[in-house]
Amino acid sequence: MTGSKRKFARIAIGTIGWVVALWIFFPILWMVLTGFKSEMDAISTPPHLFFTPTLESYHEVFAQADYWHFTFNTVLMSVFATGGALALAVPAAYAMAFYPTRRTRTTLLWMLSTRMLPPVGVLVPVYLIARSTHLLDTTLGLGIINLLTNLPIIVWMLYTFFKEVPVPILEAGRMDGASRWQEITVVLLPLALPGIASTALLSLILCWNEAFWALNLTSSRAAPLAAFIASFSSPEGLFFGKLSAASTLAVAPILLFGWFSQKQLVRGLTFGAVK
Amino acid sequence: MAKLALRDIRKTYHAEEIIKGVSLDIEDGEFVVFVGPSGCGKSTLLRMIAGLEEISAGDLLIDGARMNDVEPAKRGLAMVFQSYALYPHMNVYQNMEFGLKLAGMPEAERRRKITEVATTLQLDAYLKHKPGQLSGGQRQRVAIGRAIVRNPKVFLFDEPLSNLDAALRGQMRVELATLHRRLGATTIYVTHDQIEAMTMADKIVVLQKGVVEQVGSPLELYHHPRNLFVARFIGSPPMNFLSVRIVGSGPDGLTVETSQGARIDVPVLAESAVAGSDLTLGVRPEHIVIDAQGTVPGTIRLVERLGALTLLHVALEDGSVLIVQTDGDHGGQVDAPVRLTLLSENCHLFDAKGMALTKLMRHRLAG
Ligand SMILES: Nc1ncnc2c1ncn2[C@@H]1O[C@H](COP(=O)(O)OP(=O)(O)O)[C@@H](O)[C@H]1O
Ligand SMILES: [Mg+2]
Repeated sequence: MTGSKRKFARIAIGTIGWVVALWIFFPILWMVLTGFKSEMDAISTPPHLFFTPTLESYHEVFAQADYWHFTFNTVLMSVFATGGALALAVPAAYAMAFYPTRRTRTTLLWMLSTRMLPPVGVLVPVYLIARSTHLLDTTLGLGIINLLTNLPIIVWMLYTFFKEVPVPILEAGRMDGASRWQEITVVLLPLALPGIASTALLSLILCWNEAFWALNLTSSRAAPLAAFIASFSSPEGLFFGKLSAASTLAVAPILLFGWFSQKQLVRGLTFGAVK
Repeated sequence: MAKLALRDIRKTYHAEEIIKGVSLDIEDGEFVVFVGPSGCGKSTLLRMIAGLEEISAGDLLIDGARMNDVEPAKRGLAMVFQSYALYPHMNVYQNMEFGLKLAGMPEAERRRKITEVATTLQLDAYLKHKPGQLSGGQRQRVAIGRAIVRNPKVFLFDEPLSNLDAALRGQMRVELATLHRRLGATTIYVTHDQIEAMTMADKIVVLQKGVVEQVGSPLELYHHPRNLFVARFIGSPPMNFLSVRIVGSGPDGLTVETSQGARIDVPVLAESAVAGSDLTLGVRPEHIVIDAQGTVPGTIRLVERLGALTLLHVALEDGSVLIVQTDGDHGGQVDAPVRLTLLSENCHLFDAKGMALTKLMRHRLAG
């Protein structure tokens, strides 16, 4: 019967979904579990599935480093980079989506291609520029580099979302007397809000987890959570318990934030934002 | 209230001319319909008037003032889009309020106007609804309401009814015509549907490939099409066409002969006609009668019964098919032989270039 066939297909798809989800989620789960193990349990092979949870590692992590300082730096840098990138990307994506030229597609591709360059390829010039502009180890400096590296993706995503907004609605705004500024802020942005929200979330996550520039351009004052984690992988030997606890602490805020806004993210990533 | 004048308006996209020099006068309070097949440039022309599309060449005058470079909102126009283009994130009230707010109208006055318009359009119960919660017909009304509240000098409509089902379309047609009579505002209405054009227009502008084929009242276009294109486009079911040859001419018109030898005297100006040259004869379905004495023999191939009238598709001996309109009770049967008479004073003749020969008499209602 087609009914039972469909039921079987649904169960199969559901199972595959769960397997993939667990596959992706497993490292995070393992990290969280390891954070609650003693260092002995953490390195034992085969790993202990059952163990006495302890907050030992967390105590040590908090004693060794100023978690809140790193978190504050990360939040500040991520919000600045995301806000700045959106401010630049909205007009760019607006122009490309609604006033395309023959070269718009090429421009978009070219912008994205800058993401294909390995960051280490430009490490020296960027480092030197940052040093001579006194932006080394500043939140502003790290924010600017994050802003610039994420800009192509953000323009691209906004472009895709703006493309879905029916042009006559913007034209109706123009007929109603909206200036260009009002057309964007009062008509376009509210319509593309789900897309903008998911773009912003993606940018926040990228900034939050960015480690290469964080480790190379900051040392203490402006160091974000990536540096916080790195400080626990010291040359004296790895302490997996502490490392896991630190990592858990580092990803927890963005994970929770992402969790609460996941609805927007899923909507945005499936590109079905504006109907 | 406004008069419009288009002076040799042109539009070029990437070196391709889409609108090829349109000149037109639109009187105050007139209901003008741009009609033509899809892709002929109706929307482009309307959007140039609206200010949404740049005018490549020519002048657009509203009440005598050149408007080419004036912003859309400052031209005193309001537009209703085919897709309605309502703001999805605003409710009905806010949709209508948006333009008024931007124009700086005080809150109390806005409220009064919107309430008034919403009442006439039977939208008062829906003011708090978002467009997504409304039916197609209601969205259409909101779009019209949004145009009306701004009290424009000119209304522009771009195929506003094409997304509605047939019954609703008929109803909205009546409502729009009534609305126009009540407001008396100059209206330009774009459609590809010649029935909408015929029923609503004071003046029809027939466009083809960016060129105005003819401008005139509905009955003028119907009874005096300037060329084959207009003759074919206006009227449903469409005009029938036959190839004929001139066999005689005189002060009362031309005598033409069909390929089967039937002769018809058509009252047209005979000035440039040369005996023996080929013409196209056009005759509308209601101007052919079934008649035992008819000169054109044929066979009924299809009977379409519409109730009030019957359409007979009659095949002639040379294979061409004429559509004949008879009364609803006509007993015609498929495969029955019939004889037809073409009412000669209602026949049209077109020369080799497709231009109509001038008729000797104007139709009583054609103006
Ligand atoms: N932005 C544009 N760029 C290039 N060609 C266009 C553009 N807009 C319309 N056209 C062309 O102009 C012609 C007329 O279009 P349009 O005015 O929309 O026709 P209609 O409304 O009569 O169906 C079409 O052939 C269309 O392809
Ligand atoms: Mg159109």
